[in-house]
Amino acid sequence: MFYREAGEFKTSYQADQATFPIAFDRWGYCAVVAVAFLVVPFLINPYWEQAIFLPFLVFAMAALGLNILTGYCGQVSLGTGGFMAVGAYACYKLMTAFVWMPMPLVVILAGLCAAAVGIVFGLPSLRIKGFYLAVATLAAQFFLIWLFNKVGWFYNYSATGQINAPERDFLGILVTGPNTRPWATYLFCLSFVFVFAWVARNLTRGRIGRSWMAIRDMDIAAEIIGVNPLMAKLSAFAVSSFYIGMAGAMYFAIWKGAAEGTEAFSIEISFVVLFMVILGGLGSIFGSLVGAAFLTLLPVLFKNVLAVQLGWPTDIAAHLEVILIGALIIFFLIKEPHGIAALWRIIKEKLRLWPFPH
Amino acid sequence: MFLTDPFFWEIVVSGLLAGVMYSLVALGFVLIFKASGIFNFAQGVFALFAALTLVGFQTGQVPFAHLLSWITGTSIHTWGSGMPTLVAIVFALLVMIGLAWLVVRIVLRPLVNQEGIILFMATIGLAFVLEGTGDLMWGANVKALDVGLPQGPSDTIIDATGMFVDKLEISAAVVAVLLVVALTLFSQFTRMGRALRAVADDHQAALSVGISLETIWWIVWSIAGIVALVAGIMWGAKSGVQFSLSLIALKALPVLMLGGFTSIPGAIVGGLIIGVGEKVFELYVGPMIGGATENWFAYMLALLFLLFRPQGLFGEKIIERV
Repeated sequence: MFYREAGEFKTSYQADQATFPIAFDRWGYCAVVAVAFLVVPFLINPYWEQAIFLPFLVFAMAALGLNILTGYCGQVSLGTGGFMAVGAYACYKLMTAFVWMPMPLVVILAGLCAAAVGIVFGLPSLRIKGFYLAVATLAAQFFLIWLFNKVGWFYNYSATGQINAPERDFLGILVTGPNTRPWATYLFCLSFVFVFAWVARNLTRGRIGRSWMAIRDMDIAAEIIGVNPLMAKLSAFAVSSFYIGMAGAMYFAIWKGAAEGTEAFSIEISFVVLFMVILGGLGSIFGSLVGAAFLTLLPVLFKNVLAVQLGWPTDIAAHLEVILIGALIIFFLIKEPHGIAALWRIIKEKLRLWPFPH
Repeated sequence: MFLTDPFFWEIVVSGLLAGVMYSLVALGFVLIFKASGIFNFAQGVFALFAALTLVGFQTGQVPFAHLLSWITGTSIHTWGSGMPTLVAIVFALLVMIGLAWLVVRIVLRPLVNQEGIILFMATIGLAFVLEGTGDLMWGANVKALDVGLPQGPSDTIIDATGMFVDKLEISAAVVAVLLVVALTLFSQFTRMGRALRAVADDHQAALSVGISLETIWWIVWSIAGIVALVAGIMWGAKSGVQFSLSLIALKALPVLMLGGFTSIPGAIVGGLIIGVGEKVFELYVGPMIGGATENWFAYMLALLFLLFRPQGLFGEKIIERV
């Protein structure tokens, strides 16, 4: 009744190609962004920051990156944790070597380092395909983590082998280190995700995004119609690793404040991000964000309901949580293999006709 | 030079035997991938679950004891007496077969015809569920597994050659050989084995000549469950039954890549190459670059190898058409 297209006339190609063609969507999007930027910073407290908002934003960034590679270009990667580690260690080295450097620049440069590494590990994708490639990307995961643990230069030869984020401010406001205010770190990460989600959306519907999708749908056919597979695959690896590297930098510098290679960037992270992308919806920017939100909120919710509200013993609650998350993943895959984004599309289709479905 | 070094040969032998252990896990992957095109990430957790169940039966634990005692307020954790090893193994086999049936009914049937990545993700979800269930059923503590296999260094080999070889690894090698022979005989000379190969060749053609896909999948997952039980027994006897047992799946993946996802001999040969390769590399190159190279060496080796042969050693040639 309220969600409808009636009365909306498109008079230009631009209007036809708009991301939000329906006014209701446009306003909804603006409202969400306004709440995120203008309301949440006033309400946020350290618990919400550490347990919900920062994890969501960091993983949203990583999921955007992985979705570009897996959802748009069709190359399954299990090396996300490794590339996040590249971003984190690059961020650490930049922060300690160039003290004057503003934090946004550090994060972007860290992303670029990860992109360079991503191109190197993307090279095999020209020969290796499908599950062989997925397993091959695990090489990146294990090798990079090993490298960061063994070579002292990466962690400035600190005795513990840990990296700790020094205090840095941006425009006079602390964004890293132990004395940050929740709203500052939140707004910093939110701005990054907001800007780069917009960039990703526009990349994927432009020329380069179309070449990725052509490769995904059938690489030989794409090659025949003139898509250069070398360029398409390597650019997908580069852009994807750029996003994942930035996510790693934010994970280390802003969210956790300290990291230790093997613990922080284990293969678990690679799987979690892949889950986010698949549950959210392959090949959908909105899906990456929803997937990240879903999988960061779910464990928090379970923990609160089972252990805190119902007062179950923590070990039983922890095991049940693992079972429930696994079962939910299977349930979602069975009910909607194309993810929450597809579910959302179906809901919108229904809403257009509601309350007269015929 | 190092060919005359007895230490080198000792490393090679221990590498070969470790490779056999990897192959045991890789075998389960290959069986399922061949028959249903599913990359079953849960194979490692299958091994863990099988080993946990076996230990649980052996020592007479009450399943879900912790949960039940918490709900009912009682404190019963064991039946009082365990089962003899052989009976426990039979019961564990039955559990794995039942589990295979559940997996096929609940997870695979609704996902027929989905893309490979979706099925792969579903098996990761399955791994989560099994891991949690295993812990909840039998407790998360480390358990010793003793099924009466010989342990410790073999004296005869030390006397003859001066090499230090674990008896357990020799028995693992023997078991692996028996397993492969049994699987080959089964798939070549039985009616059911022929049906399995037909399904592996072409799902639709197999369906059209009247082979029930669901039954075949059940059988294949049961066999993979049995292979997982064997792998679980071997690894459990070696390093105790604990969560890290499920991580052996990560050791089996490069073996699969190297040998080809669809080849049983590939799983064996790949396992041997990787077992020897990583031990020798760690011995001669490891000290120069900081050690602990076992984590990634196998993956790098497989990656480089695949650059020259994208389908692995014995994998089916990948033919692509538009």
